Amino acid sequence: MGVCTMRLLRFLPLLIILWGSAHAQSPTYGIGRTPSAAEISAWDIAIGPDGEELPAGRGNAEEGAQVYLRKGCVACHGTTGVGGPAPRLVKNDRGSAADPWAWGRVLPIRSPYATTVWDYINRGMPLNQEGTLTPDEVYSLTAYLFFLNDLIEEDEVLDEVSLPKVEMPNLDQWAPLPDWWEPGLPRLLDYPY
Amino acid sequence: MGSKKTDRRAFLKQSAAIAGGVTLGAAKPAIGQNPGPVSFTKGSDELVAYGERSQFVTTTRIPHGGRASPDAFGLDFHIATPLQDSVGVITPSSLHYIGTTRGSFVPEIDPTEHRLMIHGMVDRPLIFTMEDLKRLPSVTRMHFIECAGNRANSRHTTVQESHGMTSCAEWTGVLLSTLLNEAGLQDGANWIVAEGVEEVKGASSIPISKAMDDCLICYGMNGEAVRPQQGFPLRLLAPGFEGILSVKWLRRIKVVDQFYMTYNDYGHLRQQADDAALSMQIGPKSVITAPSGGQQLPGRGFYEISGLAWSGGGAVAKVEVSTNGGESWNDAEIRGTAHPMAHTRFTMQWNWDGSESTLMSRCIDELGSAQPMRAQVGEFWNQASGEPVRVRGHDNSIMPWRVESDGSVHNALA
Repeated sequence: MGVCTMRLLRFLPLLIILWGSAHAQSPTYGIGRTPSAAEISAWDIAIGPDGEELPAGRGNAEEGAQVYLRKGCVACHGTTGVGGPAPRLVKNDRGSAADPWAWGRVLPIRSPYATTVWDYINRGMPLNQEGTLTPDEVYSLTAYLFFLNDLIEEDEVLDEVSLPKVEMPNLDQWAPLPDWWEPGLPRLLDYPY
Repeated sequence: MGSKKTDRRAFLKQSAAIAGGVTLGAAKPAIGQNPGPVSFTKGSDELVAYGERSQFVTTTRIPHGGRASPDAFGLDFHIATPLQDSVGVITPSSLHYIGTTRGSFVPEIDPTEHRLMIHGMVDRPLIFTMEDLKRLPSVTRMHFIECAGNRANSRHTTVQESHGMTSCAEWTGVLLSTLLNEAGLQDGANWIVAEGVEEVKGASSIPISKAMDDCLICYGMNGEAVRPQQGFPLRLLAPGFEGILSVKWLRRIKVVDQFYMTYNDYGHLRQQADDAALSMQIGPKSVITAPSGGQQLPGRGFYEISGLAWSGGGAVAKVEVSTNGGESWNDAEIRGTAHPMAHTRFTMQWNWDGSESTLMSRCIDELGSAQPMRAQVGEFWNQASGEPVRVRGHDNSIMPWRVESDGSVHNALA
């Protein structure tokens, strides 16, 4: 074994470490600090379709109707989810019962996932008091809106396990973005405009 | 020669006498000078510190789409920029169009308190202060933003109503890819969710390929800090994509495995695949801003036709203008540089003979995509002729303006 090889062997552990960190894309600038787990969970209100981030809690439509009154939802959305100045929350009675696109742009019925409804009530309601609802209140309100739209029974309990499983009529009737698209490509292949 | 010199000397003496004994205001104008404006604005500390436009320039933004902005609650929703008065390609920050999630108050954010968090499917979650972000390598780019709802119809009377939900600014900030590389993307990271700090915490999902390509995290706009209505102190910019993705008051980016279907995403959901594909990226588009609806030509003769062209697919390659309703087309001149995903000013010289004329413009972008007539869109999708055409996805159809023989200009959409 030559001296050179010996030297290389001595540095081998270091080389492996360097290669390893380069592989994991080491930071280039080292600017910014690491948030604590508590900071992340305090900020992280985005709920994905699988409901992984849903907090513990529970509620049903009966309880939701009470919350709806107590929190003043009536003022903007009407006594039963229609008739106020804010968007309606109950599907219209037009169109085919099988086509969620015929029922209007009504969040609790057109949304493909139950989690979107929970997420939006949690982040955006009530007006001027956003972020004040407890998880139980959000589960209850979501259950109430689903009940009003004939998706669940009045006494059905929604929690972090059952909510993502609520089958939304629009689950597979919406169009995802084309998976072939990447930057630099036109919007639609073979479309001249 | 000698007499001229004497005249000059006499004039100087006289001027000195006037300056010494009489107030300036009473002085008669010197030969060759026209009377000046009748009134002047005295300097003030306020105007020295921060200037304002002329009192004679009164062009303003207007609420868009029939909903009041601000509404009864004080929420701003959709507000359109006055393209009819635009010159060049930069939209002044005070006139930049506004769109918000649901309607929003403008948050008053102390930039020293503001933080941007990047977390989720990354090796190293990170929190940045504004100071941190300004230390990182910056880029400055011209980009337009356009609202998905910028759809012209026959009831619109001006270009502000028909096309005012787009604007263009010079944006400065850090590439989002710089931040995502600092955090280290994990395998399976396919989307990001970007979220604002306003009361509704508006959030949009963006494919990772776009996020890593050219998205910007902006703290600068038109040479100063981003304006509060545009997301102060920090906004995301997704060049060429529908405006709702350019999240304002940005506080958080969560890297995730799948399309997260936020409220914003749900609101722009499409039923048909073609519609969805044609919605995300803005197609090649242009509009003549002068002469345009509601304007009045004072008489026949020379005019410079002027307008804006843009595309989400890249830079504008070419603009054509027709003055006879699309029977024939001429190349317009591109003014300045055509930047990728930026408004581009085009002009064409025109001698109006006083007859009724229909003016149109057509944009062709660097991908070779061309702005269509509505009838062409109908033909492409085999729509029965005679039916009104609803352009699928984002509306990038050609806008016709009809100049009547009396010089008045009108929307010529059927």
